[in-house]
Amino acid sequence: MKRHVAWAAMAVTFAASAAIAETAPMDVKFTDVGAVAESLTGQPGDATKGAEVAATKSLGNCVACHKVSALDASFQGNVGPELNGAADRWDESQLRGIVVDAKHTFEGTVMPAMYKTGPFIRPGDGYTGKAAPADLPPILNAQQVEDVVAFLMTLKEE
Amino acid sequence: MTLRTSRTILAATAAFALSTAALHAEMADDELVINGDTPITVKAPAADHLEGHLDEVYSGWLFRTDETRAMEQDDFDNPIMIFAEQGQETWSTADGSEGKSCADCHGDISEGMKGVRASMPKVNEAGKLWSMEDYINDCRTNRMGAEAWGWDSTPMHNMTTAIAVESRGMPVSVKIDGDAQPFWEKGKEMYYTRYGQLELSCASCHEENYGNYIRADHLSQGQIQGFPVYRLKNAGVVSIHNRFKGCIRDTRAETYSPGSDEFRNLELYVASRGLGLDIEGGGVRP
Ligand code: HEC
Ligand code: HEC
Repeated sequence: MKRHVAWAAMAVTFAASAAIAETAPMDVKFTDVGAVAESLTGQPGDATKGAEVAATKSLGNCVACHKVSALDASFQGNVGPELNGAADRWDESQLRGIVVDAKHTFEGTVMPAMYKTGPFIRPGDGYTGKAAPADLPPILNAQQVEDVVAFLMTLKEE
Repeated sequence: MTLRTSRTILAATAAFALSTAALHAEMADDELVINGDTPITVKAPAADHLEGHLDEVYSGWLFRTDETRAMEQDDFDNPIMIFAEQGQETWSTADGSEGKSCADCHGDISEGMKGVRASMPKVNEAGKLWSMEDYINDCRTNRMGAEAWGWDSTPMHNMTTAIAVESRGMPVSVKIDGDAQPFWEKGKEMYYTRYGQLELSCASCHEENYGNYIRADHLSQGQIQGFPVYRLKNAGVVSIHNRFKGCIRDTRAETYSPGSDEFRNLELYVASRGLGLDIEGGGVRP
């Protein structure tokens, strides 16, 4: 009995500390070249899930603008550069910075910030055209960002 | 800091090479002649006010597939002509408490409405910027004693299309100086405002990236001289303001309503980006 309680208490503490360890969008620290050194969740990303986030319209929708040969998605766009070999060009912290908010790396870029909750001009509620709720979530949550970064780290050509 | 600058420049040159290559490869090298007898200018040097932004302006028609382009070349194949014919019929049909039709005041549509579409939107006598829809509703309510039509109602689509056909092949002629200038300035500011959670402006897609693809969508310059257009996707007519509404919504923004002052201002500015091009009088788009 005692033992069970102890385990349960430990699980609760663990869950709580994991939640605390997650960096909120407002608190992300960028280096002066736009990189984000620390994982947003303290948990490793899952590259397979990241691939899905990148290819799914309602999630990252990276293929709207980027060609990524590793992804099985039709009609990949070309507003951004191809991501093949991205991990040869950038390290993990830089890739995390680009996914969180690429404007710190590329001034004025059209690439949307995936982990940002404001300020925005006339933010909407998804694609409904209606006003956003007060607690507008970022496009991707912290773990999805880490998953996409893990996926990008698999894009090596050299 | 050095890293950031060099990366940005690198990426910028890469993007530039991509977009020019895409343009040459992807934009149709084609001329629009409707019914074999009405040539339409679909490519022109940009107006002076676009210096530093665009060198040439292009109709959205050039960015469409061979099949879609062909539909606009011949009125028998252009689905919007059915709407135009209905508008022409309404033109001479009396309505409202005064028992008058448009024709009673304006004569034949081909004379009374010639060139009107090309000059819209324009400032009215009271100093307000009005779109074609506003002028139509003003006649209906104040001169005919009839009810106003909804901005995106079928009779409004029919009438704006019928009137647009009468400006076919005429150059865009919107006035942007004098009393129009304050509206134009506001529209310009909107055009470059990065709206919504995606933080994209009209320019992000239609100035920086025309010729490129966003997923399956081939980005044009977002010109409006082809409007109203028939959209195959909706199987219906789309007004200028309705298109604006959709584009702003797609930035994950709270959009504006068709018929809002904001969209009138934006319409004037976007129309002025098409100076040099000709009115198509009922385009066809995917
Ligand atoms: C609306 C367009 C758009 C979307 C959506 C988008 N990007 Fe980008 N991305 C760009 C552009 C444009 C650049 C080039 C930077 C610049 O110069 O503006 C870029 C640059 C990048 C780079 C650096 C590429 C290199 O090798 O130099 C990476 C990595 C990247 N994006 C990843 C992503 C991922 C992952 C997603 C989705 C979670 C995504 N992008 C979604 C437009 C986009
Ligand atoms: C996220 C990208 C994006 C943004 C931002 C955007 N548009 Fe568009 N727009 C499109 C796409 C995609 C189409 C359909 C293909 C095309 O013609 O470019 C389109 C089409 C249009 C058209 C129809 C052109 C034609 O010939 O049929 C107009 C007009 C237009 N946009 C105006 C605007 C204006 C004005 C804004 C800003 C308020 C804007 N767009 C913002 C993506 C965008």
